[in-house]
Amino acid sequence: MAEHKISTPLTDDVLNKLEAGDTLFITGEIYTARDQAHKKLIDALDAGEKLPFDPKGQIVYYVGPSPAKPGKVIGSAGPTTSGRMDPYTPRLLDEGIRGMIGKGLRSKDVVESMKKNGAIYMAAVGGAAALISRSITAAEVIAFDDLGPEAVRRLEVKDFPVIVVIDKNGKNLYEEGRAEYKDRLNEAN
Amino acid sequence: MRTIKPELITEKVRQLCFDAAYDLSPDVENALKTAMAKEISPTGKEILRQILENAEIARKEDVPICQDTGFAVFFVEIGDQVFVEGNITDAINEGVKLGYTEGYLRKSVLKDPIRGGNSGDNTPAICHYEFVPGDKIKITHLPKGGGSENMSGIKMGKPADGAQGVIDFVVNRVSEAGPNPCPPIVVGVGIGGTFEQCAKMAKKALLRPLDVKNPDPFYAEMEETMLEKINNLGVGPQGLGGITTCIGVNILAHPRHIASFPVAINIECHAHRHKEIEI
Repeated sequence: MAEHKISTPLTDDVLNKLEAGDTLFITGEIYTARDQAHKKLIDALDAGEKLPFDPKGQIVYYVGPSPAKPGKVIGSAGPTTSGRMDPYTPRLLDEGIRGMIGKGLRSKDVVESMKKNGAIYMAAVGGAAALISRSITAAEVIAFDDLGPEAVRRLEVKDFPVIVVIDKNGKNLYEEGRAEYKDRLNEAN
Repeated sequence: MRTIKPELITEKVRQLCFDAAYDLSPDVENALKTAMAKEISPTGKEILRQILENAEIARKEDVPICQDTGFAVFFVEIGDQVFVEGNITDAINEGVKLGYTEGYLRKSVLKDPIRGGNSGDNTPAICHYEFVPGDKIKITHLPKGGGSENMSGIKMGKPADGAQGVIDFVVNRVSEAGPNPCPPIVVGVGIGGTFEQCAKMAKKALLRPLDVKNPDPFYAEMEETMLEKINNLGVGPQGLGGITTCIGVNILAHPRHIASFPVAINIECHAHRHKEIEI
């Protein structure tokens, strides 16, 4: 359960030392994509086109932010449920993506692909969207503007807080955390 | 007969959209504070602290608690001694359009479920009407996020399932949902009625504030039993382990057909946004 400050793009050296349960503070560029954007990214790959950003070592954040108020770089920006992106994820990992930020369960296929590609899955606190947006210092739509909140954005983040849920060895905090606290309500403080 | 202008309804709905999105209701905030004090998982405690800090930021800066400002759901009680000088659904939709646009709330509604296309202003709202005695209109706004809504479920059970069947169905559903609906959650349960009535009751049950007990002691006890079982699952805040998976179970029951035993569950995330106004 260590704490690490890391920067993007992710390197194998960094990925090797991260374990499920670790808290990370991410600095650098990350890319947003959710439901419809994922479909379009895969369509682009199928058509032999390039992705709108270089995926090598990059992190995808599953988010559809609320609109920015005047003077702000972004609105509230917490994670959405990751499982809906499962059908598209292995393909993106094969293209070089090495980290995903979201919330909720992942499929077996995704976990296998993460192990194969040496990637990690991180959770941001769902619903803590106003707090999270404070670590986003810039935001720019780089593809699919017509999708509104679902457009692909490049975000600059500083000390963006996440917890590693599944590491590159497949160790899973959702499973371990739950097992650890099962039937312990009687210990409430 | 009292008359109400639709413009007044529009203005009140516009304000409700802001209030619900920015200002976490005191019953939810207090329940989260109590849960934080009790939580034995250090990670769980820290997550609850962040959730409470987030609520403070949202309130102070007038920004959404969660970026998913939801499908705009309204439960409307219309007094039988009141007359609206126009179409009440149009008035509510106009309020949603203004509220979501002027309040910088996310527009999450697609015009067609298969062909897509963002409606651009988060309309149409989902409106449930009920006629009650009196000359007032009470409007309750429950913006519903997708992540928690997706974990809902309904079972057309057998009467032999009984109370235990209801408890098992609800607890299993929460268990399967795990981290997905952003725990700690609030659980709405509908028991009885018909298929559609049961689902609607599961949502309407969520409107009862968390600090108000079920008036029927039988169901109050059943709620306690479910809450305990759910919090013993170990799921915890954000599903990362802990004893705070749920901060409230609310049941609504209704007469049923002799052959039917419907049970529905509707889940709310910890950003359980509900605001009401009486006109």
